[in-house]
Amino acid sequence: MGNMKLTLKIWRQNGPNDKGRMETYPVNDVSEDMSFLEMLDVLNDQLIREGKDPVAFDHDCREGICGMCSLFINGEPHGPGRGITTCQLHMRKFKDGDTIFIEPWRSAAFPVIKDLSTNRSAFDRIQAAGGFVSVNTSGNLVDGNAVPIPKDDADKAFDAATCIGCGACVATCPNGSAMLFVAAKVSQFALLPQGRPEAKRRVLAMVDQMDKEGFGNCSNTGACEVECPKGISLEHIARMNREYLAASVTKE
Amino acid sequence: MSKLDSKIPPGPIDKKWTYHKGHMRIVAPANKRRIDVIVVGTGLAGASAAASLAEMGYNVKAFCFQDSARRAHSIAAQGGINAAKNYMNDGDSTYRLFYDTVKGGDYRAREANVYRLAEVSANIIDQCVAQGVPFARDYGGLLDNRSFGGVQVSRTFYARGQTGQQLLLGAYSALMRQVGKGTVKMYDRHEMLDVVIVDGKARGIIARNLITGEIERHGAHAVLLCTGGYGNVFFLSTNAMGSNVTAAWKAHKRGAFFGNPCYTQIHPTCIPVSGTHQSKLTLMSESLRNDGRIWVPAKLEDAKAIREGKKKGSDIPEADRDYYLERRYPAFGNLVPRDVASRAAKERCDAGFGVNKTGEAVYLDFSAAIERYGKLQANILKLENPSKEKIRELGEAVVSEKYGNLFDMYENIVGENPYKEPMKIYPAVHYTMGGLWVDYNLQTTVPGLFALGEANFSDHGANRLGASALMQGLADGYFVIPYTVGDYLADDIRTGPIDTKRPEFDAAEKEVTDRINHFINNKGTKPVDEFHRRLGKVMWDKCGMARNEQGLKEAIQEIRQIRAEFWKDVRVPGKANEFNQELEKAGRVADFLELGELMCMDALHRNESCGGHFREEYQEMEGPQQGEAKRDDANFAYVAAWEWLGEAGKAELHKEPLTFEEVKLTQRSYNKDRANCSVDPSVRRYTTR
Repeated sequence: MGNMKLTLKIWRQNGPNDKGRMETYPVNDVSEDMSFLEMLDVLNDQLIREGKDPVAFDHDCREGICGMCSLFINGEPHGPGRGITTCQLHMRKFKDGDTIFIEPWRSAAFPVIKDLSTNRSAFDRIQAAGGFVSVNTSGNLVDGNAVPIPKDDADKAFDAATCIGCGACVATCPNGSAMLFVAAKVSQFALLPQGRPEAKRRVLAMVDQMDKEGFGNCSNTGACEVECPKGISLEHIARMNREYLAASVTKE
Repeated sequence: MSKLDSKIPPGPIDKKWTYHKGHMRIVAPANKRRIDVIVVGTGLAGASAAASLAEMGYNVKAFCFQDSARRAHSIAAQGGINAAKNYMNDGDSTYRLFYDTVKGGDYRAREANVYRLAEVSANIIDQCVAQGVPFARDYGGLLDNRSFGGVQVSRTFYARGQTGQQLLLGAYSALMRQVGKGTVKMYDRHEMLDVVIVDGKARGIIARNLITGEIERHGAHAVLLCTGGYGNVFFLSTNAMGSNVTAAWKAHKRGAFFGNPCYTQIHPTCIPVSGTHQSKLTLMSESLRNDGRIWVPAKLEDAKAIREGKKKGSDIPEADRDYYLERRYPAFGNLVPRDVASRAAKERCDAGFGVNKTGEAVYLDFSAAIERYGKLQANILKLENPSKEKIRELGEAVVSEKYGNLFDMYENIVGENPYKEPMKIYPAVHYTMGGLWVDYNLQTTVPGLFALGEANFSDHGANRLGASALMQGLADGYFVIPYTVGDYLADDIRTGPIDTKRPEFDAAEKEVTDRINHFINNKGTKPVDEFHRRLGKVMWDKCGMARNEQGLKEAIQEIRQIRAEFWKDVRVPGKANEFNQELEKAGRVADFLELGELMCMDALHRNESCGGHFREEYQEMEGPQQGEAKRDDANFAYVAAWEWLGEAGKAELHKEPLTFEEVKLTQRSYNKDRANCSVDPSVRRYTTR
């Protein structure tokens, strides 16, 4: 066990209808080798032994790829540090005696389930609206090499496709916009020949669903790009806007 | 004769699947609409199965415990996916992939299943490309392949270090397309807590809505378990925190036999445990072993000084380093197979040469590679008499280009710069080859209950080759189950919807509710994790990289003790009817506490060493193979399938004999005939994840 002592100010909320409040918890014996979530494990262990209700938070892979962890830490999604998720944040980024503020993603479209855990199923619904190529399973498709794809396009599509769907872009945006998330998917398919046949339908359907879910508009503050743990570029929003404009003008 | 019928189709190995597809019964399109299928788990196997079955016309309900289907742990796979495309013109073929997989599995897999896996592997790549999966491509715009250490063909397709993510998002998009159409009903944040058997057939599940705590009944004509592996029985593993055995274990308790539970894969290159707070272990891609050299200090006093923080790895002069893999296996060096590398690290650390506080770490050193690349780069740049510093600088740039993201990840977790100080690594639990026993149709011993992907035992024998897990998950989901489930469901076209008010559902729901109530009302003193950590330590110490009779017998007693204490003294705060993560964990750990004992029983009965299962009593005692695993084909060339007999620790062993018609059983060898090994096509091949 380590020797850092911290004060945690954590958002506690019993459910979507509870008003919620910040509560203060001292936590001792924190080692700098711990990940941020392991530090919360220590707190929860302590709370359970004291007969109190542990803090609910989402997490799964703890290696920065599943997108399940979230947390607004000292006013930043995934805390201090760039290009990492909360589970990749380690306590050596903090000092003995620090006070740390921990809040859930805040967005109208991501209602709180409990404490730090939110419901991000709006993202799934946007994906279901058009985030796919309409191809059925078949053992008789054309060979994977039948359609060459320029390396640059494939690489750019990959960059867009690395989105982990965590929602940090929404949480950090002053407008609660999901444009970076939606643009990453639209852009991935727009760059690949397999995605072109239904490109128009896709961008219109996904943007429409995004609006229905209550996400805000993009006003180019660029905060999403800064906080995105996978470094997804604003360039994809520009590409989506072009796709959207073209699709709107030419739709029947 | 045993109760196990593997249902391997007749005919030569390369005709079996075609024959079988042509002779299976199918369900007409109009009738598929009358049939419901439940898919539990939405990783590669589950998402691909759910999407494919819905496209075909079945009504599908898909379940996952995560908040979205996209988060299943397949997403974390790094290295790639194998397919016998032979794009590289290097002599690859379906047969060669089949052969490598059987041999890599140390002759403990079923030939017919493995051949089919190799046969459909090429289709997987075509399917994924059509879905818009952005695989790596070369400048001609064609798909790129990579090869890893020791590999003789390049058959691994990849998307940088995120292949699992890209394949899963492809399958997820296919799944969400069906969700959008209403042909799949998606239940995220739902956990399956039992399978319901009616008249001997799987007819539904009991699931808990993890947000509200509500217990739900879902009926179906078939249930597919695509619920992954059980590596988290060790508490510390590279698995996700939520990965669990519960669905498979409930199926086992309802009659599905559990195959080869002791076969566990330990991956040699993971970031070591740093303290008692540790919650999971992070893999460092095995590709690092191409350029990194593994060593420990040759002198015990140096190792001690390092552990006490008085010396650093870089302080140890070349002459006082023991590059033990290069010493023991000069031909394969640092690129020996996973199980061999893992055991060798343990051997050195057990002997007192470990290099971190816990004594369980070895060095993975890039200084030689940095120097080599630096000199090469200086030549290319035509620098005359470059300084040592300049060479280092140039070399670090090359290494950074190759492995930069991994080095960053390491520095982030460990807080040490791996360009300056050698990395510390140690083996960790990574994958489980064992799982629910299935026949050729992927059906368990319970009719109507199928198991796909890592959840079944079928394709990897006692050891899985790198880049084969993704292949198996997608093969099962896209190309096997859509055919084989139809053969089973052909009898159900007139059954009508399953009535979930039947007494069998009442009984199953009551069992689930009683157990939850027990946890909530137990009011013990210790959190769930404390028991899980204790179990994990017993498993790691006594049923981990090396096992022996005495240790396994002790482990069984210790697990029983922990299990008894758990039921008596576990504290689960909160209520049953709310979002309660401790309650979720309690249920999973309860099942691990039963599974752990079965794993030890299986390891104890298998008096041989094979693949990931190393029994210390069964190793070569002398000669050039000294210290290597000793298989016993005469007595153990079978699948161990365990039947639940009503309580933990009571299980009956059934044997499915393995017959090898295509591949000749030979002894693995890494020491002798080295020259032959490097050209012999039958040698096991070792790729990375």
